[in-house]
Amino acid sequence: MAERNGARDGNGSVKGSFKVKAGLAQMLKGGVIMDVVTPEHARIAQEAGACAVMALERVPADIRREGGVARMSDPDLIKSIMAAVTIPVMAKCRIGHFVEAQILEALGIDYIDESEVLTPADEENHIDKHPFKVPFVCGCRDLGEATRRIAEGAAMIRTKGEAGTGNVVEAVRHARAVNAGIRKLQGMNHAELVHEAKQIGAPVEVLAECQKLGRLPVVNFAAGGIATPADAALMMQLGVDGVFVGSGIFKAEDPLKRAKAIVAATTYFDKPEVLAEVSAGLGKAMQGLEIPAIPKDELLAARGW
Amino acid sequence: MQGAFEEHMRALEAAGARTRLVRTREDLEELDGIVLPGGESTTMTMLMERVGLLEPVREAIQAGLATLATCAGMVVLAREITDGMPEQKGLGLLDIGVRRNGYGRQVESFESPLHIEGMDGTDFPGVFIRSPLVERTGDVKVMATYDGHPVAVRQGRIVALCFHPELTSDLRLHREFVRLAASR
Repeated sequence: MAERNGARDGNGSVKGSFKVKAGLAQMLKGGVIMDVVTPEHARIAQEAGACAVMALERVPADIRREGGVARMSDPDLIKSIMAAVTIPVMAKCRIGHFVEAQILEALGIDYIDESEVLTPADEENHIDKHPFKVPFVCGCRDLGEATRRIAEGAAMIRTKGEAGTGNVVEAVRHARAVNAGIRKLQGMNHAELVHEAKQIGAPVEVLAECQKLGRLPVVNFAAGGIATPADAALMMQLGVDGVFVGSGIFKAEDPLKRAKAIVAATTYFDKPEVLAEVSAGLGKAMQGLEIPAIPKDELLAARGW
Repeated sequence: MQGAFEEHMRALEAAGARTRLVRTREDLEELDGIVLPGGESTTMTMLMERVGLLEPVREAIQAGLATLATCAGMVVLAREITDGMPEQKGLGLLDIGVRRNGYGRQVESFESPLHIEGMDGTDFPGVFIRSPLVERTGDVKVMATYDGHPVAVRQGRIVALCFHPELTSDLRLHREFVRLAASR
């Protein structure tokens, strides 16, 4: 258990415990995490009020368009983005690629996204995230998937949505599925909970915690297709703790203005008069894709097990 | 505005207080105390500035509103900020100088027991997450230190902490703050 609870120093302090890993996500709550591909983008995101940035070589819309194997970004790019801003910097590794994760940890990144947006490196196993000092965020489509990731050590969860589409429909589907899964647990006795765990492939202990808390035991953001202030507020009203915006900002006509508007919409998600004000005059949003127009084997959300 | 406000609300309510979120000027009226939570100080100050909340909050705290600031909240209150965003504005009300993320990035975040002056019983569980480092203190009372640096300070009706009591089940600091807020 020692390594699962972080490394103990001589003076009684402990680094990398699950409390500080999940705790950083708690500090991000009510905020917007933005995908950036250059230090300049990162500075714009910070200026707009992002609570963290995701350092990438290509935003999901470009990964989708260009195809090929998508991997962890070049460490030089990640370091240049870390140097450009004071807010936390996240980076993606491939599902199951624990060496990419080790490299990101060595770079001193603040959060690792084990992400379906990149090409999976393992079609059965996700990374055992407990031994790492750096926290992980993972995607989910429903409660079973969310609780499996938490059991593997994820300190934060996000809905998968369908990245790079600018279409919020899948993020809504996944957030509602998590909510419905948790609602279903209310009133179950332990035997029924064990049965439900079997049905949805969830670890019983994590599911019992969801039942007790009436929510996931870690912070839960929305991701995958959020392109407008209204999209961000919609996800917040569905009960998520904050939002990731990927291609939606820097594929839009006026990134700074749109980024600021999405930040304001995430704080004032339940105030339609503020949403009306910040939604006005933003210029063109990203083009966007209809989900049925995407060939089934190109859907990113299906990656992850 | 942004950050771990729900965790503070839960702790304050467990300590016997009634709470509300402050997102507009009107929300400030008739408060006995305010919490500036952990989160991202750049995000919080920018939002406050954009909606015209920075000045009213400054005036209220100057007028004696009891204030509990944790982590990023401490940065927002501090008079001097090093390693912040260029031209990062704050409230400048607390006579300390802080270095943002002064203990290092997330992999350096840690937990450590703390001895807090005047607090009976066991040490307080200190949870430090990308915490600011207090590099200079002026006219403030230091309540606790870690590794030779102040991690809890008090100045009049302001209490500022580098760590996060709201992430623990220990309510002693929140109870103390509720007493402070009620004492006027």
